[in-house]
Amino acid sequence: MLATGVIVFREVLEAALIVSIVMAAAKGVAGRGRWVSYGILLGIAGACLVAAFAGAIAQAVQGRGQELLNAAILLLAVAMLGWHNVWMSQHGKALARRMKTIGHDVAVGDRPLSVLLVVVTMAVLREGSEVVLFGYGIYASGAQSMSMLIGALGGLGVGVATGVLLYKGLLRIPTRHLFAVTGWMILLLAAGMAADAAGLLSQAGVLPAIREGVWNSAWLLNEQSLLGRLLHILVGYTQRPSALQILFYVATLATIASLMGAVKRPRHRPASLEGARP
Amino acid sequence: MARARISGKALISAFGAVALAVRLNPTEAATPSPPPTLVVKNQAFEPQTLTIPAGQQIKILVRNEDALPAELESSDLNREKVIPGGTALPVYIGPLSPGRYQFFNDFHPSSTGTIVVVQPKG
Repeated sequence: MLATGVIVFREVLEAALIVSIVMAAAKGVAGRGRWVSYGILLGIAGACLVAAFAGAIAQAVQGRGQELLNAAILLLAVAMLGWHNVWMSQHGKALARRMKTIGHDVAVGDRPLSVLLVVVTMAVLREGSEVVLFGYGIYASGAQSMSMLIGALGGLGVGVATGVLLYKGLLRIPTRHLFAVTGWMILLLAAGMAADAAGLLSQAGVLPAIREGVWNSAWLLNEQSLLGRLLHILVGYTQRPSALQILFYVATLATIASLMGAVKRPRHRPASLEGARP
Repeated sequence: MARARISGKALISAFGAVALAVRLNPTEAATPSPPPTLVVKNQAFEPQTLTIPAGQQIKILVRNEDALPAELESSDLNREKVIPGGTALPVYIGPLSPGRYQFFNDFHPSSTGTIVVVQPKG
């Protein structure tokens, strides 16, 4: 029962943390709860679909289907997270100011919210499909099903609770600093996802790892420990990264950060958009 | 016109020769020994230790003979792959330096195994 709970918790944790960061990053945006809920529901539906066809997906493309699908999902999420950060560095200040003046959530249009929907859907889909597969295994094995089901639900509950805790913690940050914090978190989250995608592409034999184990920091922090797993999710900590993964990580960081910097620097921007500056 | 027709014919036969060569090649390439294979049976890995050469990318075949899905995972190897029940899937690893690399089944964490990487002879 406990073992089952731990396995489910580990899978749920990643999706839960990503959803809570995204929720916090969209603070003050009208309709974010609805869009994020749609994302979760779509993700669960997608997870069931992926799990149902797990065998066919895995066998596709000479047995590389799983890696290619997951890498595509990760890179799509990276693009969306990057887009969100660039959008926020353009509109974040104005958004925070308007939230303060009008005292309630600000309507920003559908585009920024649909980007968050995609990120949430992809996170839930990827982790959820493994939970569904594992859950199906329990169901199929028959023996001890009940106690394992309780364990699985417990793991799910603790995972979701951890996400809620992070969300509540983030909301305690004053709004004028919150977007800077979530911006950094999303930047590192995206870089970590890109490195994960690079690892999957090497595992599929599509891209060369260039060199495996550029360093080994297992003595310092084991990736399988709770802290190691948390840091893997949040900042992409990997105890033995390949050169390709480091390349993807740094390239993602640099690309998103420079795009954020480029849109932030005002270049003949109409004064009416920014309003009066102090 | 006649010249054009002849060169067209030549082109077709050239294509034919290329196609034949392409078709023949895989059968010639298929003669080397099968990839090192890991079998998941009764929720355990078989063999427990797999030896592979250092310094090159290696394709390992993981065959899950159970009905339950397994997830091959290893932070040492930096790998993670779900192997649905009754399927055999490739996992590419390396190039690695000599040493011992642990892996386990994330869906059944007490099932573990080791990949031993050795310097190839010669």
